[in-house]
Amino acid sequence: AMLGLQLPLLVTVQINMELLLLTLLAFWTRLSQLSYPNAVVFDEVYYGQFVSLYMKRVFFIDESGPPLGHMILAVGGYVCVCLCVCVCVCVCVCVCVCSCAEYPSGVCVWSLRLLPAVCGSLCVPLVYLLILELRLTHCTALGAALLLLLENSLIVQSRFMLLESVLIFFQLLSFLCYLRFHNAPHSSWSRYCWLLLSGASCAAAVGVKYMGVFSYLLLLGVACLHTWQLIGDRQISWLMCCVCRCVCLLLVPLLLYVFWFYVHLSVLYRSGPHDQLMSSAFQASLEGGLSRITQGQPLEVAFGSQVTLRSSASQPVPCWLHSHKANYPIRYDNGRGSSHQQQVTCYPFKDVNNWWIIKDPGRQELVVSTPPHPVRHGDIIQLVHGMTSRFLNSHDVAAPMSPHAQEVSGYIDFNVSMPAQNLWRVEIFNREAESEVWKTILSEVRLVHVNTSAVLKLSGVSLPDWGFRQLEVVADKLNKGHQSSLSWTVEEHRYGTSQEQKEREAELHSPTHIDVDSNISFWAKFLELQWKMLTVKQEESEHKYSSSPLEWITMETNIAYWLHPSTNAQIHLIGNPVSWGVANLSLSAYQLLALVYLLRRRRGIKDLPDDAWSQFVAVGWLCVGGWAVNFLPFFLMEKTLFLYHYLPALCFLFLLTPALLEHTHSHLLRALCVCALAAAASVFLSYRTFCPLTYGRPELSANQLQDLRWRESWDILYRRR
Amino acid sequence: MAKGECTTQWSKTEDTCSTLRNRKAFLSSEKQQQDSQPKDGDNSQTAGHSSKDGTQSSNGTSAQWTDRGTDPPRKETHSSVLLLLVTVLSFSTRLYKIMEPAHVCWDETHFGKMGSYYINRTFFFDVHPPLGKMLIGLAGYVTGYDGTFPFIKPGDKYEHHNYWGMRGFCAVLGSFLPVFAYLIVLELSQSRTAALITATLLIFDTGCITISQYILLDPILMFFIMGAVLSMVKFKQQTHRPFSAPWWLWLVLTGVNLAGALGVKFVGLFVILLVGLNTAWDLWGLLGNLHLSLVDIAKHFLARVVGLILLPLFLYVTIFAIHFVVLNKSGPGDGFFSSAFQSRLIGNNLHNASMPEYLAYGSTITVKNLRIAGGYLHSHWHLYPEGVGAKQQQVTAYLHKDYNNLWLVHRQDENNSEKASQSGAPDLVRHGDIIRLEHKETTRNLHSHLHEAPLTKKHFQVTGYGINATGDANDLWQVEVCGGRKGDLVKVLRSKVRFLHRATGCVLYSSGKTLPKWGWEQVEVTCSPYLKETPSSQWSIEDHINPKLPNISLSLLKPHFLEILLESHIVMIRGNSGLKPKDNEMNSKPWHWPINYQGLRFSGVNETEYRVYLLGNPVVWWINLASLGLYVIMVAVASVALQRGVPLDQRRRGRLHFCGLRGGGLLLLGWLLHYAPFYTMGRILYYHHYFPAMLFSSMLTGITLHILLQSTDFLLRPPYSYWLQKVGQMLLLFSVLYSFYLFHPLSYGMRGPLAHEPASAMAGLRWMDSWEF
Repeated sequence: AMLGLQLPLLVTVQINMELLLLTLLAFWTRLSQLSYPNAVVFDEVYYGQFVSLYMKRVFFIDESGPPLGHMILAVGGYVCVCLCVCVCVCVCVCVCVCSCAEYPSGVCVWSLRLLPAVCGSLCVPLVYLLILELRLTHCTALGAALLLLLENSLIVQSRFMLLESVLIFFQLLSFLCYLRFHNAPHSSWSRYCWLLLSGASCAAAVGVKYMGVFSYLLLLGVACLHTWQLIGDRQISWLMCCVCRCVCLLLVPLLLYVFWFYVHLSVLYRSGPHDQLMSSAFQASLEGGLSRITQGQPLEVAFGSQVTLRSSASQPVPCWLHSHKANYPIRYDNGRGSSHQQQVTCYPFKDVNNWWIIKDPGRQELVVSTPPHPVRHGDIIQLVHGMTSRFLNSHDVAAPMSPHAQEVSGYIDFNVSMPAQNLWRVEIFNREAESEVWKTILSEVRLVHVNTSAVLKLSGVSLPDWGFRQLEVVADKLNKGHQSSLSWTVEEHRYGTSQEQKEREAELHSPTHIDVDSNISFWAKFLELQWKMLTVKQEESEHKYSSSPLEWITMETNIAYWLHPSTNAQIHLIGNPVSWGVANLSLSAYQLLALVYLLRRRRGIKDLPDDAWSQFVAVGWLCVGGWAVNFLPFFLMEKTLFLYHYLPALCFLFLLTPALLEHTHSHLLRALCVCALAAAASVFLSYRTFCPLTYGRPELSANQLQDLRWRESWDILYRRR
Repeated sequence: MAKGECTTQWSKTEDTCSTLRNRKAFLSSEKQQQDSQPKDGDNSQTAGHSSKDGTQSSNGTSAQWTDRGTDPPRKETHSSVLLLLVTVLSFSTRLYKIMEPAHVCWDETHFGKMGSYYINRTFFFDVHPPLGKMLIGLAGYVTGYDGTFPFIKPGDKYEHHNYWGMRGFCAVLGSFLPVFAYLIVLELSQSRTAALITATLLIFDTGCITISQYILLDPILMFFIMGAVLSMVKFKQQTHRPFSAPWWLWLVLTGVNLAGALGVKFVGLFVILLVGLNTAWDLWGLLGNLHLSLVDIAKHFLARVVGLILLPLFLYVTIFAIHFVVLNKSGPGDGFFSSAFQSRLIGNNLHNASMPEYLAYGSTITVKNLRIAGGYLHSHWHLYPEGVGAKQQQVTAYLHKDYNNLWLVHRQDENNSEKASQSGAPDLVRHGDIIRLEHKETTRNLHSHLHEAPLTKKHFQVTGYGINATGDANDLWQVEVCGGRKGDLVKVLRSKVRFLHRATGCVLYSSGKTLPKWGWEQVEVTCSPYLKETPSSQWSIEDHINPKLPNISLSLLKPHFLEILLESHIVMIRGNSGLKPKDNEMNSKPWHWPINYQGLRFSGVNETEYRVYLLGNPVVWWINLASLGLYVIMVAVASVALQRGVPLDQRRRGRLHFCGLRGGGLLLLGWLLHYAPFYTMGRILYYHHYFPAMLFSSMLTGITLHILLQSTDFLLRPPYSYWLQKVGQMLLLFSVLYSFYLFHPLSYGMRGPLAHEPASAMAGLRWMDSWEF
């Protein structure tokens, strides 16, 4: 739409009816009957959880992607709450986001699914504009928009609470803005607004899913190329251009990306289910959870302190140094012997047996002196188990599961000439950042066995039944650099006051509280969260509907999203087969054509005028490049992949098809109109055919469903009746 | 700074708390040290001095020449003197102390063993192509090693066995690396200074020395890689006279070296890629040359196809042909291969096998999957763990021969008692019959049900169920001979059989995925509801024992050579990707490598043992790392300047373009190709995987530092800039030599206390905590 203002106040509005109509159609196909089916569909289970955590403002980690996507979905949740309040359906407020089985009210379902659907609809006009920016005709733009409009898989994916449509929207937006910027006359400064918007939408795309990174890189590459040409142009002061581009395309996206995390961390301030993955310091900054326990603890660990020691390794599970009244078996299953002393393990739950007392080897008392004598880096300590009063000990006996390392035990004197070796040296690993004094939560400590200079280590292996399947703790001599399994932090801490064993046991059973507060900065939290998200391994398991990238091109698989509990009505992620075929055809045609052109140009034969050639190249980098960066990286990924991962790449192919048709029409063959029309008609027909599987209604009979199974490998379900 | 602190920390702890045990160890080792120390030190010191003098003088003179230009004959003699010097130094550093230690070090246990297999002609399986091990075997054979040493584990003493030939062969090939590097850089940069810098870095790198001195594949691999690059560069030099004899010679040599590199390890693919890209670029340039007719271009193209594709392919296939001809006895690798393949091997039970021809009820059989390296249907006394389908006995596919692969064939309604009472010739199994397969060892029936399979969730789980032949309806399978009709007999070894599950209609399937630890890393077996006929769902009967039937000698169809080739490749690739890091092992990460983060223990751990530690000379490696960054910056600045049209004088421009961009670019690409792919590999990685990339990096360093030193004339006027250049060269040479003097015990072996103790020969040299010496 174009809007011109003239004096005296006359408003002339020019509206592109084509564009308007397309937008309306897009909204109609994506938004109609959005609240049907009124049930949780496929991955909505997964995203629904996160939305409800947002509503409760509970901290969580989702390693699959940065937080912006979840936040956008959560906006839907807030809208839901607002709407519910407006219509005074109070029940809805509390249930709509928490329940996972069935959305109770149509309103909530509608509002939760609204934003992805709107993004999905807006992709259609975006594509139209994008084609125009490539300096192609309106017909071509119309063709591309139609392909996108009538693509069943895109419709299905946008109609639910899923993130692909949002990702595609931001990707297309960033390219559109960049092209606007590039095509604008060089004199105007307003064009930098477009560049800024392009950078922002790149950040948004990356913020929704990490896959966005690759299209961002493509855009950066193209921008670099354009800038490189600018540098060669001696009339322009290139420094200014470069700086502006760097700010808009590098700095702004980076800041925005951090900003998503800032919002994420400031919205989610309560402790929740994923706390345990984070460091103690991080946990302490969340409300509830650890901070409730550690609030008011003394900060400096002193001789006589009662502490729980948490392993810094979050693999395989976070756990605390633990011991209990059970000894190592005299002989293990494989015939090796043990010291038969008391077991020392790592236990993943809070337990009174996790308490240890730090003892000065030179003193008898187990209480903190006044004033407290803090433990420093390099001090020698003994560790006494609170409940059993055994000393933490290690010796030259092979550990139960990792025979290359030393066994760690609670020392029992069996009178078998095995003297106690229970001195440990405290090494504070991060003493440069923190201090020489051992601090609760903040200090990462290594305990070095004085006699053998082995280091207390969580081996990560589970003990068999005799060890109650707890985790094995060993002392390892091969201390290679910094490993999280070697370092321990004090989590709960109090100054011991009771001298007698009975009193002490009572004291250990009582909950802790005394007073200090530990704050960590936003940057520390951001870096830790980001690092955890990138390194936490998802369990690799195959899903019933997972597939491999090669199957996507030919659409060998589908995903059954939803099946009506009693009838044959069902929703599937199945693309429009005709569109996919046409898209694949145009991809190979483009590559072939490009090869021929390149070889002939190299031999000095110019088939195309220069501007047509540069247009052909531009179409190539946008469409083929966009397809490649959104598709090829999946071959290197080792995670569970689904057909919907292909949708962003597919959108770029849909841009290519009409562009290539126009190119062929104007430079090679002139009688393609009929073909194009026939293709459009068949695209529409196959869209109509698959509509029942896209919208979940009308219900089809078993025979009709059987007819829709165009490929042997598709899983379409029908009830035997 | 960190280093200083670390050492003080160590010494402090030693002072405060060194115990009696420590002292004792120290005393005992001191004596040995006294024995070995002086001789050691003297030797290397004198060697160091003489070499230093030698290179110093030659280095200086060469620099003079490059700057002033001279008469050709003297130049010729001098360059050959330099080459000779590089060669002598290289050989002497690599061959020094070649016999020590006199025990098996690290991977010698594998490659030495495989060398022996060639001498004994025993068939084995390895994840690498055969050329490297064949050459090792040949070297051993020629030098009188008889193949009897078992190479059981690292640390085993060689005693009277003749191992010097194999080590010496590797060391000789390894000694060529600095020479090749010298020639490549000389060719690329036309500067002897750059070439000498490269050669110095490589000759005095402890890592390169160590890795060349043992029976390993790496020196052989790197020899071929460098050979290929050298021939490629030489070939390029012949551009102006195409199709002449030297042109053909270098083309063919490139091809031969490529085949060699690929024949040793699949890492050779990277150098093939490098040569391929370079050739494509070359051809692209030829295509743009409008003076050449299309026919000429076609000739060029065909010549390269022949020299760089067909010839290497032919050689590579030949290597495998020799491999299969030489190894004709049954050995540890049989089970990985198909029945037809095994029948070739002398001593295998399928070699000239005789067994009942048609499958019968009551027979004991083994069932082999027809997928390549599909494995035998297997079960054992272990259950599926909690949470993986039903908790019943595991059924897997296993690649090795084992008594747990044996199954009994029963009729659907037949019980044990009936079987016992049966007499006379047993009935034969026919297409369409319904049978029950009983696992011989555990007496459980092959069973499937509607639970998800452990890995392939679309399929159903297959278990062992029931005991002593009592089971349920889910134990019944229908036999189907592929391409057969109802009533057809099942031929042992030749029929492709499918087992259809009676109750659910699915087909017995081997997915090829490796089960986790609970499944002993064997291959998953499932029941697939997709009934397409694929090798994964087809099985053959391999062993067939039935005393009631006459044995008939079966001569199998001899497998075609290409089939064997394909089969062994698939087995190798699968084996390679199956090398996953174990939990206990410290996994080396690719980013560790360029910073020399952590080495590899070749021999010895304790204070009393003879220790060799594979670690690059840190000074050399860090210079390399810095030069990489420097090169990128230099190229960026230079190309912006060129693009912007900054006026540069002709000489500098030529130098920058010719050797900086073209030569350096090639080497940078080589480094990238040999390094970046490791980031995407799922298999276990080791430090020594970086060495090919390190060679490229060192060559790039030579060029980069040379250009940097030449650029001193930006700063100072001619006579001073020339002196500065000299000082820079001296400094570089001195630092490399001195660091080599410091770190040489890493390669040539050390005894006595570890580096954190002050009495150690390496005291104070543990600059990074992660080094383990």
